[in-house]
Amino acid sequence: MSHATIRLPDNQIALLSEGYRQEMAQRRRTTLIGIVILMLAILLSGFVAEVRPGVLFENIGKFTSYFGRIFYLDNGALVFTDFGEWFWGFWKWGKQLIDTLLIAYLGTLFGAIFAFLICFSAAVNLTPKAGIRFAARRYLEFCRTVPEIVFALIFVVAFGLGPVPGVLAIMIHTIGALGKLFSEVVENIDMKPVEGIVASGGTRWQSIRYGVLPQVLPNFASYALLRFEINVRGASVMGFVGAGGIGQDLIEAIRKFYYSDVSAILLMIIATVMIIDIGTERLRHRLTTMEQGR
Amino acid sequence: MTPSRDLFPDRTAIAARHPAIMAGSRRSQMIGWALVAALLALTILALSRLEFSFARLGSGLLQLGTFLGLMIPPSPGTQLVTFSKALAETVAIAFLGTLLAAVISFPIGFLAARNVMTNRIVQFMTRRFSDSIRGVDTLIWALIWINVVGLGPFAGVLAIMTSDIGSFSKLYSEAIESVDRKPSEGVISTGGSGLHAVRFGIIPAVLPVLISQTLYYFESNTRSATIIGIVGAGGIGLHLAEMIRTFEWDRVAFIILMVLATVALIDFVSSRLRLALVGQRVTSV
Repeated sequence: MSHATIRLPDNQIALLSEGYRQEMAQRRRTTLIGIVILMLAILLSGFVAEVRPGVLFENIGKFTSYFGRIFYLDNGALVFTDFGEWFWGFWKWGKQLIDTLLIAYLGTLFGAIFAFLICFSAAVNLTPKAGIRFAARRYLEFCRTVPEIVFALIFVVAFGLGPVPGVLAIMIHTIGALGKLFSEVVENIDMKPVEGIVASGGTRWQSIRYGVLPQVLPNFASYALLRFEINVRGASVMGFVGAGGIGQDLIEAIRKFYYSDVSAILLMIIATVMIIDIGTERLRHRLTTMEQGR
Repeated sequence: MTPSRDLFPDRTAIAARHPAIMAGSRRSQMIGWALVAALLALTILALSRLEFSFARLGSGLLQLGTFLGLMIPPSPGTQLVTFSKALAETVAIAFLGTLLAAVISFPIGFLAARNVMTNRIVQFMTRRFSDSIRGVDTLIWALIWINVVGLGPFAGVLAIMTSDIGSFSKLYSEAIESVDRKPSEGVISTGGSGLHAVRFGIIPAVLPVLISQTLYYFESNTRSATIIGIVGAGGIGLHLAEMIRTFEWDRVAFIILMVLATVALIDFVSSRLRLALVGQRVTSV
């Protein structure tokens, strides 16, 4: 016996396929409207941002030739022919790079400490009072949204030139960025240990110390290391506004067209950033495996 | 009964009963203290090397307090129109920079993904390429592009684009690598070519993730775009730096508030768009 294929009557099929067609037409229309809006946005912002593709194509040679030029010494020889001449300021720049790393370190450390103190107030499971939570969250948002260079500019005026304003600027930005991540970690914990401590008469501090901390510490450390990596990059440009580190010499080299210096400093920055990247990635990997093994 | 400071009065007895557990915790405690000591030593070294002093911090904080007092009430002075125009420029720079970077990074992401690019050398080179781009800050790229297209917002667009190409290539390739292999294996098994596998096996799966990441970056690029004006690459940053240098603190406060409001608005719009385009599925970025 062969299967009878169930076929709807023609009038019903017509109805359904009509509905399908309408549905697809609707989707096509939505896509089309989306594309039109996107195009308008592109044209508008292209106009506002004074985009001139002509200038770009005319001068694109300058971009590539810039990278050509920075690899030639003043005497016209390729930089690779004379490392002594190319990295003539190796020790000077090395010291500034160490300063840059220390700025990033201090900014990350102090930022992480303050973020740690604030994050519990911003977490919904530990701070049921909406008022405190709202204040803590808005404060973190403010710290995070204002770029660190802006803080640096203001602090340079208040604290004077040098690495101090750089550290403080990075610290404030780190409070905002880490505070948010930390409070999200805290919101995802298992609440049973905390409840146990509160039920047996523990204070808020005791419940955080024995109930929350053991669960969140590896994650906190991992995020702080990631932030350190980002802050090294941020600290490398703090010198642009006079807030210490290697940025000062870099912007001078770029502005005064010391081409081979530009490449030497950039290479040193890139190498340092890569080493830090690899190191923190290893550490973070160990931290996360430690957490999973628990 | 008030909670006493010592939660475990019979601690010594417990320690005597479970020597193995206590020894383990003592060891990890030692490691912890050693770590704290090392961090502390480095901190002291850094503080002295970077010339921190209480006098300097104190006088600086006093100055900062004066500035804060002068910031209230925030006012644009007579430059509301100028500031608004500059802010529009900032948003335009962020939008175009992000879009261009996304378009350019899309193919690069595939080249850097281990499961698509079977040629290890190409994959390795692409990775190192995007790493080097990311090692250089947006501000430095802005300085370099100013040499090419001159001062102005266009250099800012190109700077945001360049530094984002580095980030997007990495994020995109990671998203592509974590995609489920089965759809593309299915396409290959029915006789499809490698490109077919990418088009029908990978792109439908990764596109929502990529769009969501790109929208997230649009918001953070608005923040970066506010500062590239400091080196002359357009946007509100130029005015902000100028107002700080000339001590017009009420205007500084006003500009910062404008930026905060704009970033909040873009955050709202982009999370709405993310929901509409991607659905609830992709929450973590």
